[in-house]
Amino acid sequence: MTAAQIFSVILTAILTENFVLCKFLGICPFLGVSKKVDTALGMSVAVIFVMLISTAVTYPINTVLVKYDLAYLQTIVFILIIAALVQLVEIVLKKYIKSLYNALGIYLPLITTNCAVLGVVLLNLDEGYSFGMSLVNSLGAGIGFMVAMLIFAGVRSRLETADIPECLKGLPSTLIAASLTSVSFLGFSGVVDGIFG
Amino acid sequence: MAKEKCSLKKEFTKGLIKENPVLRLVLGTCPTLATSTSMVNAIGMGIAATIVLVCSNIVISALRKIIPDKVRIPAYVVIIASFVTLVQMLVKAFVPALDVALGVFLPLIVVNCIILGRAEAFANKNPVIASAVDGLGMGIGFTAALFCMATVREFLGNGSLFTDAQNLLSVFGDNVLGGFNGVTILNTPMTLFILPAGGFFVFGVLIAISNAISEKKKLPKAELHGCESCPLAATCSKVVSREEDKKI
Repeated sequence: MTAAQIFSVILTAILTENFVLCKFLGICPFLGVSKKVDTALGMSVAVIFVMLISTAVTYPINTVLVKYDLAYLQTIVFILIIAALVQLVEIVLKKYIKSLYNALGIYLPLITTNCAVLGVVLLNLDEGYSFGMSLVNSLGAGIGFMVAMLIFAGVRSRLETADIPECLKGLPSTLIAASLTSVSFLGFSGVVDGIFG
Repeated sequence: MAKEKCSLKKEFTKGLIKENPVLRLVLGTCPTLATSTSMVNAIGMGIAATIVLVCSNIVISALRKIIPDKVRIPAYVVIIASFVTLVQMLVKAFVPALDVALGVFLPLIVVNCIILGRAEAFANKNPVIASAVDGLGMGIGFTAALFCMATVREFLGNGSLFTDAQNLLSVFGDNVLGGFNGVTILNTPMTLFILPAGGFFVFGVLIAISNAISEKKKLPKAELHGCESCPLAATCSKVVSREEDKKI
């Protein structure tokens, strides 16, 4: 695992294969919680946090599953572990780190059934990453989620005041704005290969 | 008896149009956007999700008096995950090409909000048969919306219809329908529509159309209510909206 590899994985996850805008994972929070920049920030920090700990916990458990030929149980085991873990983290934060709980606490239960978290865990296994690489990829995916959320929160705050046709108001205009944001990320394709290739 | 039949019919049809999970309730956006790149993938995804939805609705409704209220969400997740694992194995065994095409979105049916949402909103309050019918209606509504979107995206973005139809048809044996594998219509397609950006765009336009129609029929617009549309709303969304209110 060289520094170049780490950077290439992180940059790929943020720019060329952005979780939200290119892989369609975590669309619900992307559309639902992106109205204001500060809620978007809180949500994405919580997502990065949960992605990292769930990758760290599910990776060793997967080796156990594979060892005993139980790999078909991945889905059911992972979703339970993530759900239990999120609850546990919430309780621990509430008890010991009050300030962090106030900042992230409300977003934590939302993330339990977020497809971005389960998605990153499953994709890491599909790619066959090592433990360290999985963590790096999860970090990149989380940061990519944050970048998309923050950019889109900015776009949306402009959209509020725009004069648009009646039937496009609300969700349709939000989706079309998301489409344009996604187009802008198309511009990054090939950038990582260009730097590290 | 006649009345019961009538209400079953209502449960079935509401999922198709009036409460279409994708276009009216705006649930399950992730798989809708991701798997609507080709019509065959859309049908495959729709069928897989419908099977999980019907089965989990039946089991959850049968167990609704046994599952304690406090642990209902984890219990639902376990039930749904077991059916997803089952469907995943079936797809891997019988339609391996579809398994490759859907990739990570097949196991991700577990976290599809339509399924958990129907468990929360319907199956835990209603008898088994009504829940099964509700699941079937919602599943078909989901498949139909997915199919609509995939038709537009595949036609404009790839210039073809039913590409790789053999992926699905191979279940029935080799060379069904004379080895029909899709037709190419446009020679210079607009690739943008296959790309993620096109997915967002087509979805936005479809919702706009459905909004315009429902406005004529004096129905409320499809609206994403932040976290409220999420099935876990009962356990947490109120906290978020309260928090936002405080900030205002």
